[in-house]
Amino acid sequence: MRTLHLKVLRDLARLRGQAAAIALVIASGVLTLVFSVMGHDALSLTQERFYAERHFADVFAEVNRAPRRIADPLREIPGVAEVEPRVRAPARLELDGFDDPIRGQVLSLPDGRQPALNQLHLREGRLPERARSDEVVVSDGFAEAHGLVAGDTLRLIIGGRLVEVRVSGIALSPEFVYQVSPGHLMPDYERYAILWMNESALAAAWGMEGAFNSLSVSLQRDADRAAVIDALDVALARYGSTGAHGRDELFSHEFVTLEIQQLGIMAVVVPAIFLLVSAFLLHVVMGRIIRGQRDQIAILKAFGYGNLAIAWHYVLLTTLIVLTGSVAGIALGAWTAHALVDLYMEYFRFPELNFRLQGWLVLLAVGVAMVAALLGTLQAVWQAVRMQPAEAMRPPAPERFRRGWLEGSALMRGLGQSSRIILRNLARHRLKALASVIGIGLSGGLLLIGAYQLQAVGHMIDQQYRVTLQMDVDEPMGTGAYIRRDALHRLKGEGPAVTGAWLLVDSEYEDALYASLSEQPEVASVERVREAEANVREYMEETVLAFAAVFVLLAGSIAFAVTYNNARIAYAERERELATLEVLGYSRAQVSWVLLGEIALVSLAAIPVAWASGTGFAWLLNQALTLEFVRLPFIITPQLYGFAALGIIVASTLSGLLILRRLRGLDRVQALKAAE
Amino acid sequence: MNAIPAPAAGFGRREVIFHASGVTRVYLMGEVTIRALRGVDLEVYAGELVVMLGASGSGKSTLLNIMGGLDTASEGEVRYRDQDLAQASERTLTAFRRDHVGFVFQFYNLIASLTARENVAIVTEISRDPMPPEEALALVGLEDRMDHFPSQLSGGEQQRVAIARAIAKQPAVLLCDEPTGALDSQTGIRVLEVLAHINERLNTTVAIITHNAVIGEMADRVIHLRDGRVDSIEENPQRADPATLRW
Repeated sequence: MRTLHLKVLRDLARLRGQAAAIALVIASGVLTLVFSVMGHDALSLTQERFYAERHFADVFAEVNRAPRRIADPLREIPGVAEVEPRVRAPARLELDGFDDPIRGQVLSLPDGRQPALNQLHLREGRLPERARSDEVVVSDGFAEAHGLVAGDTLRLIIGGRLVEVRVSGIALSPEFVYQVSPGHLMPDYERYAILWMNESALAAAWGMEGAFNSLSVSLQRDADRAAVIDALDVALARYGSTGAHGRDELFSHEFVTLEIQQLGIMAVVVPAIFLLVSAFLLHVVMGRIIRGQRDQIAILKAFGYGNLAIAWHYVLLTTLIVLTGSVAGIALGAWTAHALVDLYMEYFRFPELNFRLQGWLVLLAVGVAMVAALLGTLQAVWQAVRMQPAEAMRPPAPERFRRGWLEGSALMRGLGQSSRIILRNLARHRLKALASVIGIGLSGGLLLIGAYQLQAVGHMIDQQYRVTLQMDVDEPMGTGAYIRRDALHRLKGEGPAVTGAWLLVDSEYEDALYASLSEQPEVASVERVREAEANVREYMEETVLAFAAVFVLLAGSIAFAVTYNNARIAYAERERELATLEVLGYSRAQVSWVLLGEIALVSLAAIPVAWASGTGFAWLLNQALTLEFVRLPFIITPQLYGFAALGIIVASTLSGLLILRRLRGLDRVQALKAAE
Repeated sequence: MNAIPAPAAGFGRREVIFHASGVTRVYLMGEVTIRALRGVDLEVYAGELVVMLGASGSGKSTLLNIMGGLDTASEGEVRYRDQDLAQASERTLTAFRRDHVGFVFQFYNLIASLTARENVAIVTEISRDPMPPEEALALVGLEDRMDHFPSQLSGGEQQRVAIARAIAKQPAVLLCDEPTGALDSQTGIRVLEVLAHINERLNTTVAIITHNAVIGEMADRVIHLRDGRVDSIEENPQRADPATLRW
């Protein structure tokens, strides 16, 4: 059997172009799976570990002012594990050399130590010392944006009083993984800060001595969260509670979780589409390659090799290709997943990334590719070994051509002999031609879905910032709802009041207005729509679009791999016929047309399939991704169709050129002599 | 139909290695039904060199394929020694080919991705009592070309590799389908010399099918086939040395 194994390696070397193309399809499918699942897994695992390690609270409540002594009895509420009262105060900051207004919020820490809940992860320095009222810990995004280090000083304005404070440490908090100022969607680390200081100092500055205005609660395992929230609401109602809520209403948690959820959906839908398409292609292409080895199988049989030994031989060949593709796919998938998560890390402040490659994922990826390829292989091997060796070694009988409806048509009459050969070949091998059309069409569909993601995100941002602001259409991002103002007042039980306003501004005065509004202590936040849009666009470009760009690239490789293999096999199957035509006096150009015309026709037929399958894939993804927070619009523009068609045409042209080179090297005599 | 001829004088009692009677073979080629064999009766004796002569379409390749277990008869009886080939299962035929028969084809059918030595080894590795591939290649005079790939060998050399591959397992029977068909006459004669040499040296039964009547002169017996039947059988009292053949 050693020599047979040697043959596997030599065959692999001989088929290297095709084998590489197949490995590329496998690698792409595996890459998508590994990339999406690992990216998703890394983010959710990191979130989970960070929350657990830092004792992230389960329930939060804000009150106007409550005496500290009422906090301890709250521990008695059934299901409550830990209660952490604290002081929260809005603040303004001033930094030398930075003129824009900076807003922030200051949270209290038990003097000189970590709180029981929402503990800080110190990236640098230490907590404020027990007796110090002039030390703060600052959020790491803010510190990074301004190049702050422990020991730097800044001016803090709390309750109208300015104090000079020193940075004792730089920290991350599970509460502020995603740091945005209230009312904003995107972080602005330069202009928004979170600070922590000793409780005694903050309470003194904010007039909260012996009191708290913010409460964090952790729950026991199996606690009834809703019941705890109800009990807290009852206990805190008289202190001006706005209502206790779970961590799911905390913006940072909500945003990060939704992003992870979205990645999780992408991690199922997109790889499923990619793997299914690659599986189909593998099946088709492996089958055709094996069919091309019919004569070799016959010889092995003539020597006395059994069917099992022959099947094993080809299984080995397939396995090597699949493993090569899988290993490349896993390595590249892990690498791109790392790059993706690194991008997220710029927006999500986690202390460290928990990255792992799970065994089941590897097994799944390799397994799907393996099963698909083996099905194609074994089916073809089975067909080959079923034949009598004598029959397999004979040149195949002239295939059964019939004069079908096509023959009488004006089309056929108007064509030259070489074009007739093309049409008859396609008509004769309807199933094979159909498989090629579907295969190429599906790869075009993948191109379309990749481009769709790119476009949909841009469209969504346009909708949000250019159209929604006119208040008359659906909002694709955010969870806002609209209601008549008087109805809202009634609901909230308050008099006529407004809490926000959109301003249409003369651009000449925009800067002055912005500065002046920022100075107003009553104004909680000011945001320029243009800046917000730019921030969102940048975020989307860096995350979602990176994701989509990877897919477009992979879809392109798959499209090429499929058309190339299709062309190679068409060439192998026609080699003898083409040589005969040449010997009969056909020119190279005429002979090339027989082959290239067939490739072109198949590719053109594949374009509508690409459109249909791509639209279907996009719809599927769109349905899956419609979440509370972000809704991708389902819009397929003519450009998308054009893109998919262009992708197929470029891939086919490239493959055609490669085949043309091969055709130029066609040895007529050898091709004719070789018994198939 | 011709009766099976009695063993000729001078051969003594000869052991029948192949026995065929009433063999027919019908197959579909495209949409045409081809009756390749229309009732063949034949015996082949152990150790003889027999040439089956016939024009294109006479059914000689089909007969050879059936004798070698590469194909099965539509009707009739085919036996190798005591073994019934007509009713044999696929598995039995595979074992039969592996253990008893060596094939030489007109177009050599070497595996392009393997060297001469490896092309022989691929057979010896599954044989019960093979000679080393090197020895087989030396027998056909290719000891210096063992590590060449088929594409680096001339047609005659490729055919000699194919012969080495066929004899390396020390088969009882060597079946050769137009072994000189793709070769010029000088190279063809060299190949025939190798076949005669194997027949004498290893006492292997050799059956050669050809449309070239000259080759019949080197055989013990010449079986003429026509239209799927045995037309006549002649015995050569004296086998010619292949080196003296001209065509």
